[in-house]
Amino acid sequence: MISEIRNVKELDEAIDTCTKEFEDKISGAHGKRAVLVCGGTGCLSNDSDAILQEFKRLVEEKGLANSITVNHVGCFGFCSQGPFVKIYPEDTLYCKVKVKDVIDIVEEDLVGGNIVERLLYVDPVTHERVQRQDDINFYKRQKRISLHGCSLVNPDFLEEALGYDGFKALKKVLLTMKPQEVIDEVLASGLRGRGGAGFPTGRKWQFAANQQSDTKYIVCNGDEGDPGAFMDRSILEGNPFEVIEGMMIAGYAFGAHEGYFYVRAEYPVAVERLKTAIKDMEKVGLLGDHILGTDFSFRAYIREGAGAFVCGEETALLNSIEGKRGMPRPRPPFPAIKGLWGKPTCVNNVETLAQVPYIIRVGAKEYAKVGTEGSKGTKVFALGGKVNNVGLVEVPMGTTLRELIFDIGGGIPGGKKFKAIQTGGPSGGCLTEEDLDTPIDYDTLVAKGSMMGSGGAIVMDEDNCMVDVARFYMDFICSESCGKCTPCRIGTKRLYEMLSKIVEGKGTKETLKEMKSLAAVIHQGSLCALGQTAANPILSTMEKFPEEYLAHVERKECPAHVCKRLIRIVINPELCKKCSLCARNCPVSAITGVPGKEPYHIDQNKCIKCGACLASCRFKAIHKE
Amino acid sequence: MPIRQDAKEKILAICESHKGEPSPLMVVLEEIQREFGYIPFDVQEMVANKLNVSVSDVYGVVTFYNFFSLNPKGKYVIGVCLGTACYVKNSQAVLDKFEEVLGIKSGETSEDGLFTIEALRCIGACALAPAVSINGKVYPMVAPSKVPSIIDEYRKLEEVA
Amino acid sequence: MALIEIKIEGRNYQVDDSLTVLEAARSCGYRIPTLCYWNHGHNSLASCRVCLVEIKNPRGSRLFASCVYPVKEVPASKGFEILISSPMAVEARKTAVELLLSNHSKDCQTCAKNGKCELLDVANLTGAETGKFIGEKTPTTYDELAPGLIRDTSKCILCGRCIERCKEATGIGILGFENRGFKTIVAPIANRSFSKVPCLQCGQCINVCPTGALSEKREIDRVDEAFKEGKYVVCQVAPAVRAAISEEFGHKIGEENGEGKMVAALHRLGFKKVFDVNFGADVTIMEESHELLERISKHTGPLPQITSCSPGWVNYLEYFYPELIPHLSTCKSPHEMQGALTKSYFAEKEGLDPKDIYVVSIMPCTAKKFEKERKENAALGVPDVDAVLTTRELALLIKRSGILYDELKEETFDPLMGESSGAGAIFGVTGGVMEAALRTAYHTLTGKEYAKVDFTEVRGFEGIKEAEIDIEGSKVKVAVASGAKNAKPLLEEIKAGKSPYAFIEIMGCPGGCLNGGGQPFVKPSLLPKEDKDILDTYLSKRANILYSIDERKSVRQSHNNPEIKALYESYLEKPGSEKAEHLLHTSYIATRERYPH
Repeated sequence: MISEIRNVKELDEAIDTCTKEFEDKISGAHGKRAVLVCGGTGCLSNDSDAILQEFKRLVEEKGLANSITVNHVGCFGFCSQGPFVKIYPEDTLYCKVKVKDVIDIVEEDLVGGNIVERLLYVDPVTHERVQRQDDINFYKRQKRISLHGCSLVNPDFLEEALGYDGFKALKKVLLTMKPQEVIDEVLASGLRGRGGAGFPTGRKWQFAANQQSDTKYIVCNGDEGDPGAFMDRSILEGNPFEVIEGMMIAGYAFGAHEGYFYVRAEYPVAVERLKTAIKDMEKVGLLGDHILGTDFSFRAYIREGAGAFVCGEETALLNSIEGKRGMPRPRPPFPAIKGLWGKPTCVNNVETLAQVPYIIRVGAKEYAKVGTEGSKGTKVFALGGKVNNVGLVEVPMGTTLRELIFDIGGGIPGGKKFKAIQTGGPSGGCLTEEDLDTPIDYDTLVAKGSMMGSGGAIVMDEDNCMVDVARFYMDFICSESCGKCTPCRIGTKRLYEMLSKIVEGKGTKETLKEMKSLAAVIHQGSLCALGQTAANPILSTMEKFPEEYLAHVERKECPAHVCKRLIRIVINPELCKKCSLCARNCPVSAITGVPGKEPYHIDQNKCIKCGACLASCRFKAIHKE
Repeated sequence: MPIRQDAKEKILAICESHKGEPSPLMVVLEEIQREFGYIPFDVQEMVANKLNVSVSDVYGVVTFYNFFSLNPKGKYVIGVCLGTACYVKNSQAVLDKFEEVLGIKSGETSEDGLFTIEALRCIGACALAPAVSINGKVYPMVAPSKVPSIIDEYRKLEEVA
Repeated sequence: MALIEIKIEGRNYQVDDSLTVLEAARSCGYRIPTLCYWNHGHNSLASCRVCLVEIKNPRGSRLFASCVYPVKEVPASKGFEILISSPMAVEARKTAVELLLSNHSKDCQTCAKNGKCELLDVANLTGAETGKFIGEKTPTTYDELAPGLIRDTSKCILCGRCIERCKEATGIGILGFENRGFKTIVAPIANRSFSKVPCLQCGQCINVCPTGALSEKREIDRVDEAFKEGKYVVCQVAPAVRAAISEEFGHKIGEENGEGKMVAALHRLGFKKVFDVNFGADVTIMEESHELLERISKHTGPLPQITSCSPGWVNYLEYFYPELIPHLSTCKSPHEMQGALTKSYFAEKEGLDPKDIYVVSIMPCTAKKFEKERKENAALGVPDVDAVLTTRELALLIKRSGILYDELKEETFDPLMGESSGAGAIFGVTGGVMEAALRTAYHTLTGKEYAKVDFTEVRGFEGIKEAEIDIEGSKVKVAVASGAKNAKPLLEEIKAGKSPYAFIEIMGCPGGCLNGGGQPFVKPSLLPKEDKDILDTYLSKRANILYSIDERKSVRQSHNNPEIKALYESYLEKPGSEKAEHLLHTSYIATRERYPH
């Protein structure tokens, strides 16, 4: 246990010791084995803590505690295959582990030295089992910068962070770089904000640096609210020290000595891990006064959100920290000029700060080799929806959508056809078949009618109705609108009502026209980015799927058979085996027939389109139309 | 309903413990919410007085954020995730089923005070979609047909108690 | 003041670089439509989005809210151009108003703000169409339980002006935003009625509300009823009303003392007598200065003594500092005193039964609607005052009756409680009561008349003035505060036992009664003839009318008013007499619950 890091010498010693220890652990020095159990929220929800405890218990019981370390680590990212257990030094990755499998792993692998084949990942194409994580397609294309250390280091231990490049960047900055040099380096790296807007980070810091003030703040935006996005959560849960280090470097660069983490209340594990990390850093002297014996002092605090999506908007976030309703402020003045409690403040996303130590460690030039001309570095995406491999993916900017969805994502399950991928959450738009070869980059995505957003990427297939998707997002926006400005408060409600009319078959071409012009005003007239981008899903889906909208308004049909009022569920009398199972499952008794004699028939007037009959028919005699 | 003396003391202690911090209203309210499960009017008045903010401001904050509740929640808070990944896997039908079986709408608490239904924003268990979280315990891949048995699970707990 | 060159609609102008685009455009002759904007952007939330303008630069165009956007950001030198009537801006403004209308009551004819509604005005300016965006409406609340105010959320546009105004004027902050998104409303806590929260009923919120969401409880129908029933209906008019009534008939603020025309109109309206509450003010002075001297010399009550003629202020004390009630003068407010005297002194003189007399007070105030209903203000077993009409209601009454205000020949108040001194007149201004009281107190002590009181700002306390009066060698310190918020430091001082004052005047409304919750609205966008900084100057303009009335009066001290002398000689005997105590003094409630269940 490190007890003091109050000067460079102590830091160097700590890094040396911890690095050696960590390398030994991973390389199996002295015949030791290491068991890492995924402790990300996704796997925790699937009993991974019980798995961890079971390992500890069995290792203890078998007297192996001296040669086998067991601890949890952060998110592996490949959530659809979790819970994960990784064994070092063999680098074996076990997937979909259950508590009852632990005994097998302990006896066969840890004791017996034999891999438990049945728990290895199976490649869906070759059907072969893959032992090593890096050999799995999902991981091959990834480059972990923001996720540095996640699924490797135990996030509860400062020692493991130190053992895996932790605080090398902070040392370089505090001892060899002037604040302006740090800003210049980050500017040169081309780092752009990962929260969604993609504003050049170095420029933001420069604005704040230019302000004369004794008090300045660095705020880390951990209010990741896009549904389907969990990148920031995984980073904070997997390696909180990396983000704290990035925050401290930012503070040094523009003159802030206090940092606030604003984390969603829905992320209790992340909050706990951050709290522990900050406390441990304070104990040894890495936070507080005279860090590493320099004049630089820094303190970090945590504030939690309370369930308001709009607080991801930077000025609403600041208001929330100030104990107010999370309503955004008009800008200018921008936060860098007048922010938290009126002082110059930079609000940076978790992922952005997580990229900073790496940039300092390898240098801007090296960093800038990865990515495209306009967007440097890597981006973490949360791939979800109708895709085989659901999880977190960190890829270099410039990776194409095709690679993301099909190579890494493993394509669409059930042999269905790809329809669209929604990026940027409720602020973004969708990209279709024709966009699949687009290299992912801030500007290309905007040019194609969407945006990078925070990194949520939801794949949709032929069974998704894009009008329904637009309505889903609009419903979300309506409930999350703060209510301050007219276009967003009332306008989004009206847009939602128009979309509801359309999916219920009451819309006309006139409705489409009204939606488009209202959407334009909401986009131009809203006070903050939530309102300004609120209409993007509608505008984007109208642009890319005009036929689908027309089907809804002109022919009152839903081609994807989703919109309840526009579909009919029909029994094909020729295929019907008259077993009556569907009728028995119907909650409204809308199906009639005679068992064994007369084919069954659905009364369209009574049918509520719940689909229970369809799900129960064993003869594929029922279909939607 | 008057506040119990021990609750009053706890609330005052919470306010006191954050006195030195800048703008502690959110922090104080979050602690009270966690401790008692809800923040009724009288408590808001206490907090307003202690922290020197207007009562209307406290109420405005409490009603703005989803996390704060004016009324006590049920013993078991059923959170159905309606994040995109869960939505496209039909979590709306799961929510509807809970509403149907319990006879209350999302945001409401059952008469016997046992269950509250809430529609949640993404809880980050996207690979387990549709996900339902009850008092922190996450149920993966919940189908509407599983809903009655989940509720029975908790009713049985109550019988035993 | 530095200048910056900007380009508006193709032409270049030099403007002060510290302004917003809205103000800069105004100085160049453009009035961009606004709605939630108020008072130099004092609390511009920039939320209504009606003031949007298009700002074009070489890289493209965007819309910005001109009420907050600094003109410094858009210099012509960097290629910026401000377009006020570009299609994009016009469409956006129109849509913003249409969206507001789609969530708004359609009840315009019977709305209290008919003719003075800023939303309708801006709907007209932007060309908003009717019937667009029909859809769900936010659930509404209609609160008319409080005697003075009505809240109707179906007309609220969430501009937030009232929230800030209450905080600014009273320091309490009764109103606030509640809920989120489409469900957001402006309300007292938990959407309670004004009658169930410590609202002072001062009506400051009504004065800033752009629509009919906040208005006063009208009592015109009560007065109509009284006439119908054949009662002996008299009216009495407060000092501050005459300084502003002409504004309701198109006159510029501060232009005309409406006293003469107002009295003429009231006579035509059928009031049997038209009395001047300035008389009641003189009575108040007699009683109050007597009370002060008693406290000072005989310790009949604690010092400092605080005035009690402002019911909004009395509400504040009762709600928040009930332990200081003994400091409040026991004097009723002038109109209550006068009502009591009408139903006693006047009734006896005229041979009338007090139960047949219906007293209508015409006030600049909404809190007095509450005050008249206090049980303590019913000296003869019937309320001293039966109905209170605001200045605005009086104007309505005059217009309803077809009376053409400007063609009236001036008339004077009826005698026997129509004669007033200059001291009575200045009651309507903050500092007025103090000054009036001092004139009489000084005379009582020294037998001499006092010259003008010289007030100075109290350093470190905004809105508080103090003065030191030399009364034959003894120094007496007095203080004046208006706006309950400004009273707080003085009250805390008293509580701590550290108050250096003998006498304090507190008015509930900042600036005094001239700025009361019942006065004509001062809405710059609806008053194109006024200077654009009228919100900074209207109070002093109205005050000048009262000061000039004071100066032109031959009798400038209450104790020299011949009708006052007659009243005491023939009826009350002396200030503080038993009869005076019974008729003219009141008591207060120390147990008011702030948030009754």
